[in-house]
Amino acid sequence: MEILVCVKRVPDAAENEIVVGAGGADIKREDLVYSVNEWDNYAVEEAVQIVEREGGNVTIVSMGDSEAEEVVRREMAMGAAQGLLLTDAAFDGSDGLGIATILAAAARKGEYDLILTGALADDGAGQVGGMLAALLDWPYASVVNKIETKDGKSLRIGREIEGGTQEISDIETPCVLSIQTGINEPRYVGIRGIRKVASIEIPILDAGALGLDAAAVGAAGANVRRIDYFVPQLGASAEMLEGSIEELAGKLVDLLKAKGGIR
Amino acid sequence: MAGVLVFCELQDGTLKKGARECLSAAGSLASATGGEVSAFVAGSSAQAAAEQCGQYGVRRLFVAADNALDQYTTESYTAAMAEAVRQAAPSIVLIPGTSNGRDLAPRLAARLNVGVASDVTSLEWSDGRLVARRFVYSGKALATVAVTGSPAMATVRPNALPLSQPASGSAPEVVNISTSTDSTVKVVETKAPEAGEASLTESDIIVTGGRGLKEAANFSYIRDLAHAIGGAVGASRATVDAGWIDHQHQVGQTGRVVSPNLYIAAGVSGAIQHLAGMSSSKHIIAINKDPEAPIFRIADLGVVGDLFTILPALTDEVKKAKAHS
Repeated sequence: MEILVCVKRVPDAAENEIVVGAGGADIKREDLVYSVNEWDNYAVEEAVQIVEREGGNVTIVSMGDSEAEEVVRREMAMGAAQGLLLTDAAFDGSDGLGIATILAAAARKGEYDLILTGALADDGAGQVGGMLAALLDWPYASVVNKIETKDGKSLRIGREIEGGTQEISDIETPCVLSIQTGINEPRYVGIRGIRKVASIEIPILDAGALGLDAAAVGAAGANVRRIDYFVPQLGASAEMLEGSIEELAGKLVDLLKAKGGIR
Repeated sequence: MAGVLVFCELQDGTLKKGARECLSAAGSLASATGGEVSAFVAGSSAQAAAEQCGQYGVRRLFVAADNALDQYTTESYTAAMAEAVRQAAPSIVLIPGTSNGRDLAPRLAARLNVGVASDVTSLEWSDGRLVARRFVYSGKALATVAVTGSPAMATVRPNALPLSQPASGSAPEVVNISTSTDSTVKVVETKAPEAGEASLTESDIIVTGGRGLKEAANFSYIRDLAHAIGGAVGASRATVDAGWIDHQHQVGQTGRVVSPNLYIAAGVSGAIQHLAGMSSSKHIIAINKDPEAPIFRIADLGVVGDLFTILPALTDEVKKAKAHS
């Protein structure tokens, strides 16, 4: 099976304080620690496991500048033979549909049976996978937490939907799946793994190479534009309750009543 | 182009909470665009929702009554909803940020060649565009975004918008639509969770346990309180990773993002990934033995103490209070 996995370089939420720059136009990025989007590790691991079972190749693709190459290489070290970097100043400011358009152009250059994305990234939108599938006119399933290969033409997948309900479906390939964390345990990537893929050339494709109209992507083509960022004001710290267990329980119950917790 | 079209999901023939929240916001948005509120429902029980839609100000109801649509699939719902958009020609399409809503919106947006603002927590119509706020960077920042395009689309975070009370209203005009229900995805089975488990994303109250529970069996402390107050059971990532409880209960950046009216966190330290999943809860109570735990910084009310004595006492008091009310 030929599998394309879309990955993104993001500020590591656990490692960074997010500070909004003057005027709110952007967050301050100089001191941010970046890493691969956490969901993407699960997507890559799943792809590598499928290929280890069934044969085939995994290709890692990322849209971004030259710094994204490091992330592509790290993910390749998990067991992907190829990488692709989609880089063009014209891509800056793309909204979800713009990014999906760019990824779709890259996907059309290969012959993939399956495309995996993380279910979510730093932007919290979780929309690129679904849009990518729509643009390719492929079937799509989101928040997938189980993949079984059935035959050459379809997969049996699990999705976690509302209220903890697990939905099991058969989906035809080629298809796009967005992968939920917890589907597997992403393998550790050591220095040795990274060295192994260090010499693999990663092709860099721009708008021209992808056959894209620069006006259709990037800020020019975006329907969703960011006006500003701001950091939500945290309220004062918690009011601390004290007293004996009985007093505490009594006070908490009063609060539950006040907040509609007991009807 | 004017008005608002809301994608509505039903449960047992009535509108799900997410749909009612979107409809509650739709009235003033529709007026601002100079149009009316319309809604879309699908499945064999769709017609039954007409009266309730009227109470939420819906003037036109697009009904895709094919019983093949009793089961959500991305393609069949995209086809039906795209047809509703074509006929309603709204300025704004609102979709509740449920599992299905979040699955549907991107495909529909790509089909319509428009953008979508995901998981928004506020909305207004300003200068011919939809201006929305949404959390980014694991909830550490908010972004204001402007959505243009015809229509401007957004998915709405559950529990984020105020719910209005149903008013007496005339039943909407019903427009039947019929589109292909073909799907290359076939649902073969849905496995419901254990009986009595409330839905995390839709619950008004969530009781969450963290590593402070020490072992899997101690989730009973959380379940007992959750069941007593009729809330859902949440879990921190550490407990899910340790195998104490299923991933479906995980609240946080890599689990469910929730914003209930009341969030009770017991034995949860409050790692940023957890806070990202619950910081927009309306009222937060934290119980932790470590007074320095980060959870206390975002909680409204804190108790420093032993959850193994506090939770059972609280559960008993809740049961007593319920018996008296």
